[in-house]
Amino acid sequence: MSFAQKRHTMMSFKRHREQSAHEPKNANEYLADLFDDGSWHEMESVFESVDPLSFPGYQKKLKDAKQMTGIPDALCAGYGTIGGVKVFAAKLDKNFMMGSMGTAVGERLTRVVEAAGKYHVPLIIFSASGGARMQEGMFSLMQMAKTSAAIKRFQDNGGLYISVLTHPTTGGVSASFAMLGDIILAEENALIGFAGPRVIEQTIGEKLPAGFQRAEFQMEHGFVDRIVADGQMRKELSRILKLHRRVS
Amino acid sequence: MRQKKLTPYERLEIARDINRPKVTDYIDALFEDFIELSGDRLGKEDASILGGIAFFEGMPVTVIGHRKGSNLEENIKYNFGMPGPEGYRKALRLMKQAEKFHRPVITFVDTPGAYPGKEAEENGQSIAIAENLAEMSALKVPIITIVTGEGNSGGALAISVADKIWMLENAVYSVLSPEGFASILWKDAKRSKEACEVMKMTAEELYAGGLCDQVIPEAEGGIQEDFSGGCSQLRKALRTSLPGLMKTNAEILLENRYQKYRHIEGEYHAIRKKA
Repeated sequence: MSFAQKRHTMMSFKRHREQSAHEPKNANEYLADLFDDGSWHEMESVFESVDPLSFPGYQKKLKDAKQMTGIPDALCAGYGTIGGVKVFAAKLDKNFMMGSMGTAVGERLTRVVEAAGKYHVPLIIFSASGGARMQEGMFSLMQMAKTSAAIKRFQDNGGLYISVLTHPTTGGVSASFAMLGDIILAEENALIGFAGPRVIEQTIGEKLPAGFQRAEFQMEHGFVDRIVADGQMRKELSRILKLHRRVS
Repeated sequence: MRQKKLTPYERLEIARDINRPKVTDYIDALFEDFIELSGDRLGKEDASILGGIAFFEGMPVTVIGHRKGSNLEENIKYNFGMPGPEGYRKALRLMKQAEKFHRPVITFVDTPGAYPGKEAEENGQSIAIAENLAEMSALKVPIITIVTGEGNSGGALAISVADKIWMLENAVYSVLSPEGFASILWKDAKRSKEACEVMKMTAEELYAGGLCDQVIPEAEGGIQEDFSGGCSQLRKALRTSLPGLMKTNAEILLENRYQKYRHIEGEYHAIRKKA
């Protein structure tokens, strides 16, 4: 083994150690890793949730979640390149209050969708969420309409939106922007559905079969285009983006 | 005479009262020549959503609403007003039809939520709701939503992305049923009464937060106590709003609708920015 090879191996160990020390990676770090080296730029990171209902205990929950994840709310957004193609992207972070969508998530997401539309650049959204954020009540529910309307405008103007469903994508997020992708990808075995399995079991009074609402189930039922194996996301996205490059 | 102020939980009880008027009652009282239209054209008819066409004072309109029953048998037939994806797809089909024939859409919301069942998941409950939200945001005819009873979760939102959202005084509209809310946040569905107090789901509260455009007054004890009085209020509101909305250029109508939702940022649009 040459010195250069040895050094390379040592460095990759070091990188791995550093990464595992950071686990779990927050949404922003995930995107920075996924995008071409150094190309990821975060945007609109100033948005934090207000407490529109003055909900008991919510401020403290937000503070704790911020501290734990190092991000201002459950969604990170920005732009960069994948395989040399410019993309706007956003990712929900399930470690921030279950990736739930309140006003800050809705606003930041809408802004990145509008930015992608303005610059005629493809959009990728990685979902991972329990749904609407209960603590913001109707303000959260309305974010479903707001984000869906923004996606609709973007798509009607010819924009490409790739939605990536990761574990879990449920409730008000799956019933809004997450299911509106021109192309919908899912991570292996991700739970994807409207109602949670526990609620369904309580409603119908029986146990759900194994694999119910998993990514493979959703593909079988026609709601997901492709399942992406672990570690293949970058390659997969890069292929799709290349196929949508404008021929000039 | 001013009635004493009701608590949110008392309003919820009035909104859920079995004697609360149903979508069919409103259709009988407000419209003429109603013709029911059925089916999603994809393999199913979902009776938990009622849809059709009618006249409102001589103007053709499309009417869509959640359907609850007046007794157990009817409620089983209508699945207690909890639609599956087929119901939402039927609603969307009728809205697209309204767009084609340039009729306004009037929706009546009264649902515990979208049906959380096995078949509903298999048939795409999520995407059915999502598509309604997206398509309604760009439907080129006016949409008016009237929340008459309880409107819960995406199941209510899926037929209520509208230019005007009106609520009857005792109607409630919330992110989830108070039972579901208490179950998610406190792992105890029995604390629903407590949930009502913090959820801000009454017409008055939502009007104050800018999420409801108009509150339609009800008689003491609810619209069930004076239905014709309540309906004349609704008739007046429709008569006032419909002509103006119908005259609005479609582009402006859609831009206004987009901005209406675009600016829901919580607490009077006051998302805090870090200095």
